[in-house]
Amino acid sequence: MNFGVLVFPGSNCDRDVAMVTRDLLQQPTRMVWHQESDLTDLDVVIIPGGFSYGDYLRCGAIARFSPALQATLVHAQQGKMVLGICNGFQVLTEAGLLPGALVRNRDLHFICDRCYLKVERTDLAWTQAYQPQQVITLPIAHGEGCYYAEPNTLKQLEANRQILFRYCDAQGNADIAANPNGSVGNIAGICNHQGNVLGMMPHPERASDPALGYLDGLQLFQGLLDPARQVATIGS
Amino acid sequence: MNQTYQAKIYVTLRPSVLDPAGTAVQKGLQQLGYTTVDRIRIGKYIELSLKAEDESMASQQVHRICDQLLANPVIETYRFDLEQLPVAVLGEGQ
Repeated sequence: MNFGVLVFPGSNCDRDVAMVTRDLLQQPTRMVWHQESDLTDLDVVIIPGGFSYGDYLRCGAIARFSPALQATLVHAQQGKMVLGICNGFQVLTEAGLLPGALVRNRDLHFICDRCYLKVERTDLAWTQAYQPQQVITLPIAHGEGCYYAEPNTLKQLEANRQILFRYCDAQGNADIAANPNGSVGNIAGICNHQGNVLGMMPHPERASDPALGYLDGLQLFQGLLDPARQVATIGS
Repeated sequence: MNQTYQAKIYVTLRPSVLDPAGTAVQKGLQQLGYTTVDRIRIGKYIELSLKAEDESMASQQVHRICDQLLANPVIETYRFDLEQLPVAVLGEGQ
């Protein structure tokens, strides 16, 4: 499976992602500079965390106009996989590939922590390696990770089962106490209606290397390599 | 001939979006004794100049600029003031 990792001026998790796909999973992986416009060789495009273009104006707002992102829009329209992590999630909402927006954390602080997440759906390639309703632990590191969407948009997200990850406690309760940043519905990650575009604030790539002590993120990448669900993902 | 206009653009959060920074500033002001201060919302102010045939064309262009980049319609609204700049002032020294 061919992975491409977009690199904007200010990206800082790009190499962490490549470390997982290229080194840990032994998949062909190339870095894609933001000025590139041909992504036709790629199966999965990953938009990594960081501060693309300095996060000026709004997080992800300027990255959206780059040639690499325009090519990513075409890639997504063809039903191919796109994963946006942290700043990548912000870019995907700004680009309109995912609904809603990510705004300043409820308590204004930049949060760097580990948090529990409930896996809400396991019939997509992204999450097929997890158990239904499994509680996993992933790191978060963001200042603008508070997911916001209008009530109607939220209803659609729920009805279409587009919410893949919610912040929860160790027992899996997704309540206010377990919500680190004020996201509506404790939302930590959503996919588009077709299921081929995923955006999430937590960092699975930082929980994939055995040397780091916890591995709950690796299954997300492993799920992509299992062909069983590829067709189901695009067709559902 | 094209005229030069200056746009003063105000981008503000939609009323339905929480503004924790505004709330924090409001608490600060109340601690300073300004107990009647209420409903603080923090937004962005952007100035730009542009050339256009007339004010209506300039206005259309600023709307497009705001819709495409300066404001995110999911969380923000905008308004702007447009002012024609005197030609002579801009012509000098350029």
